[in-house]
Amino acid sequence: MAVPAIEARGLSKTFGGLPALRGVDFRLDPGEAVALFGPNGAGKSTLLRLCAMLLRPSAGSVKIFANDGRDGAAAIRRRIGFLSHQSFLYPDLTPIENLLFYARLFAVPDATRRVDALLDQVGLIGWANRPVRTLSRGLEQRCALARALLHEPDLLMLDEPFTGLDVDASATLRAVLSAAHARGAAVLMTTHDISQGLAICRRAVILARGALVWDGAVSADDREGFERTFLGVIHPRPRAAAA
Amino acid sequence: MFALLWKDLQIEFRTKETLASLLMLGLLTLLILSFAFDPMSELRGEAAPAVLWVAVIFAGVLGINRSFLTERENECLHGLLLAPVDRGTIYLAKVAGNVLFMVTAQLIVGPIFVLFFNLPLTLALPRLAVVVLLGLIGFAAVGSLFAAISVRTRAREVMLPLLLLPLAVPVLIAGVKASDRILAGKTLSDVSQWLHLLLGFDLVFLVVGWLLFEYAVEE
Repeated sequence: MAVPAIEARGLSKTFGGLPALRGVDFRLDPGEAVALFGPNGAGKSTLLRLCAMLLRPSAGSVKIFANDGRDGAAAIRRRIGFLSHQSFLYPDLTPIENLLFYARLFAVPDATRRVDALLDQVGLIGWANRPVRTLSRGLEQRCALARALLHEPDLLMLDEPFTGLDVDASATLRAVLSAAHARGAAVLMTTHDISQGLAICRRAVILARGALVWDGAVSADDREGFERTFLGVIHPRPRAAAA
Repeated sequence: MFALLWKDLQIEFRTKETLASLLMLGLLTLLILSFAFDPMSELRGEAAPAVLWVAVIFAGVLGINRSFLTERENECLHGLLLAPVDRGTIYLAKVAGNVLFMVTAQLIVGPIFVLFFNLPLTLALPRLAVVVLLGLIGFAAVGSLFAAISVRTRAREVMLPLLLLPLAVPVLIAGVKASDRILAGKTLSDVSQWLHLLLGFDLVFLVVGWLLFEYAVEE
């Protein structure tokens, strides 16, 4: 049996006494693509940050490729690509400078060629030498995607990757993610856009009020069916009314 | 570590914000305090070392705070924490960058200090530079650790001096005392006890910062 890319057990996180995630059990296998859905405040970003080891769990555990980060955390981080709401890009540096900086941190071989190829892939060649501060939200997001893919991670975690992207950029993102998935990378992405999520992932997970309330196979052809499931699990009918 | 340091230098070459702030505050402090003393008074010469260190510390707080604000924008610090780089290395790169910026500012503020206080410094200057460098390393070692904590708080501009200045008191005392003796014509061996204190402080806080930085940046 393959070592899971992510294995979370009883994962909980509280912020100032307020629970953000409550006892989540979750597994993501290598090469699998999972869409994480849920209403605002459901705990999607918290789950992603816990899996990326940016946060420490309040209870439970999370292992990335069977490593809980206590030993060899650097080796695990080398296998993770993370795209957040924020780009993690230095506004006063250009896309090329930002990507070369991260390439050095991740010890990417032949960094210049890799950066050029990625800038071309995400359609940023024309903006490569302008400070990130001057780029639009969509262009900055493209550059952030290139940053997340720079070291060819085995596990890609994306938090609302389609936010702020135009149609063209969304298509580019889908193509880039599909290519990463085809290469064998595991993908875990949060999104509010059901169509985009189902276009890439064959499994979906729904979080509500910090708990995992649904986990199952999905199909891009059954968007309406999944929407009904989604609304049903995030707004469960009270028992008295159901009776 | 050099990639991290080079990135900070690249940003500074482009914006010049940290150096400009360090220089402005350092020069303003010198200017204001130099007017506080009668040019003919002996007190002016006696107060010179304290004035120098007040300028160094005030400007230093501003520069160290600024160095972590660049990591806050776009949550760049998370980008660093996701990289396969030891947290202690990130800390040491920040300390090195802060020392570099403060030393650069002192290269300009120092001669103006000599001018304002009319100090016969040609022989004492290399010795004074050793004291200031040791003090700056210690100040940056403590400051970089606390700036990592304070930058995530809402009252970050107030929080950093409140956390940093009480702990930096040994640097200030040793720096002022050693500078005072050197300006009075003493040699480095005459102020060795203060230099040892500065050196010990530097080593202790570099090691403490290197070990604790991981917890300082954790959410």
